[in-house]
Amino acid sequence: MAEISLTGVSKSFGDDVALDNLTMTVPDGSFVVLLGPTGAGKTTTLRMVSGLDKPDSGDVSIGGRTMAGLTPAQRNVAMVFQQYSLYPHLTVRENLEFPLKSPVLQTPAAEIKRKVDEVAEVLQINHKLDNKATALSGGEMQRVSIGRALVRNPSVYLMDEPLSSLDAKLRADLRVELKNIQANSGATLLYVTHDQTEAMTMATHVGVLDHGKLVQFGTPRQIYEDPVSVYAASRLGQPRINILPADVFGGAPDAAKTIGLRPEHIVQGDGENSMVKRVERLGDQTRLHLDFKDHDLITVTDAHTQLKHGDIVKIRPEKPYYFDAVGARVV
Amino acid sequence: MSFSVTEPTKGTKWFAGILVVAYAVVTIIPLLWIIATGFKSPTDSIAYPPVVVFEPTLEGYVNLFTDRTRATAQMLEEAGPPTTWYDEIARERGTVISGPSRYGERFLNSIIIGFGSTALCMILGTMAAYAFSRFKVPLKDDLLFFILSTRMMPPIAVAIPIFLMFRNLGLNDTHLGMILLYTAVNLSLSVWLLKGFIDEIPTEYEEAALIDGYTRFQAFYKVVLPQAATGIASTAIFCLIFAWNEYAFAVLLTSGTAQTAPPFIPNIIGVNGKDWPAVAAGATIFLVPVMVFTVLLRKHLLRGITFGAVRK
Repeated sequence: MAEISLTGVSKSFGDDVALDNLTMTVPDGSFVVLLGPTGAGKTTTLRMVSGLDKPDSGDVSIGGRTMAGLTPAQRNVAMVFQQYSLYPHLTVRENLEFPLKSPVLQTPAAEIKRKVDEVAEVLQINHKLDNKATALSGGEMQRVSIGRALVRNPSVYLMDEPLSSLDAKLRADLRVELKNIQANSGATLLYVTHDQTEAMTMATHVGVLDHGKLVQFGTPRQIYEDPVSVYAASRLGQPRINILPADVFGGAPDAAKTIGLRPEHIVQGDGENSMVKRVERLGDQTRLHLDFKDHDLITVTDAHTQLKHGDIVKIRPEKPYYFDAVGARVV
Repeated sequence: MSFSVTEPTKGTKWFAGILVVAYAVVTIIPLLWIIATGFKSPTDSIAYPPVVVFEPTLEGYVNLFTDRTRATAQMLEEAGPPTTWYDEIARERGTVISGPSRYGERFLNSIIIGFGSTALCMILGTMAAYAFSRFKVPLKDDLLFFILSTRMMPPIAVAIPIFLMFRNLGLNDTHLGMILLYTAVNLSLSVWLLKGFIDEIPTEYEEAALIDGYTRFQAFYKVVLPQAATGIASTAIFCLIFAWNEYAFAVLLTSGTAQTAPPFIPNIIGVNGKDWPAVAAGATIFLVPVMVFTVLLRKHLLRGITFGAVRK
């Protein structure tokens, strides 16, 4: 396993800047999740590390060795794609054997069998080994493609939204499995996702990307509890953080332009009046959509709340974040 | 009666069925006629009104594969009684077999040139199509248009320049020359068809193979080619059919060693002018290789034609 470092990496596709002078270090043995909306440069970062694309400038190194000029095969990385990940003309077993049989590895037959069986066991696909890859369900396919990364012993694993095409239950199961595999093997994993649950539950570190720049890098808790900007704060939290003009509650610092309030940071039963617009019952929690001085607010409340549309609730902020005009954190 | 968008009504089914059968009959009648003519006697073959019921004979096939000379009574006596069934058929017409005809040779030439050019066309075509599909090729669109534009006029329009070029290069009447010519003509169509098929294959597969430790060429060979098999098979059939049936260039550029069957078959001369049963027999046998090839690749051909229309 190895540390990945990107130094001043830039990449443009035509006029679109995908990565803008990105510098980031993925520590050895860490599980780093890259967060950001479409176009933030997450997938491009993976492709730079894997060698599928070359940076316009800057350097990528793995384990202290520069990767400039090396082909994907020479870099010894494993990658799981979002979709189209299995070779459709091969069986599950042949898919899992494929990387082991490559001219780079040339694994002996007995070793191939042992590894494939071992990985199939872990991912619970051993009864499907002789099926054609296309005869599997979506969840099974994705497990096989994760398996194809696991049969090898690469320096790093790269995963591009590997769970996004799966249904909720499978996603939850595989999330736990992946985290276990990573924790047990001590592998370095660079993982791209949109899903905040995946980021919060699996990551040791989260990198927040915005237009090809790394805006914040830290543990999931740091990103959640101490965001550097409106943008970083908006990446995590379900429902999303409420952003209001700074002066609606009073007491804002001078430079503050907006106030950021996580739903759980709105205390009810004290402070100023707001009106309930909608009550959303999710089972384990209930969300209140409030109208506060003509601004929309979302907060969470007791699952069995009696509140209904039109009720008046007193609210006050607790632990608010203040941001300046460009969205940077003030307090 | 309930109406359904997907399920045709009984009347529609009958109508469609009759239409399909009628079309099939219309297309297959000339074929059946050729096959039947091959088994007719020369008199029956040109009878008017045409005879549908006739006494079958293998005379056409015997005449196709043999050269015969008109025999005098003395010659017949010297030759003794006929030793084989085909000898006997020849004797009935007052001829003796003087040796095999050149049909076998011509047929073999067709096989060599037809399959040779198809193979070459597939090898070059898939690689060119892959490059056009995956790589940044300078002036890609112009090049593709240029490649297609070579098919915008009938190839025979450039017959004279090609004839002169072939003469200077010593390619006249050679297998290599004909293979190169048919490959050149077919290549534009196959590059276009194959590019379409390769475009449909997501690049993620190759990228996965690159990361799995394979080179670009190995990824092409191990991952792209198997998935393009359908497209390759249907394109190969189109190429083979063109090269197999090509007549004009074969007449112009071949005469002795490399002549294919198409120019040879219609010129089979019998005792009394054109030997129609032999011509028909030659055409019938000539059909077989393409039919076998197409039937072998039938599964791919059907999938190839509907490719892209149905999403997986």
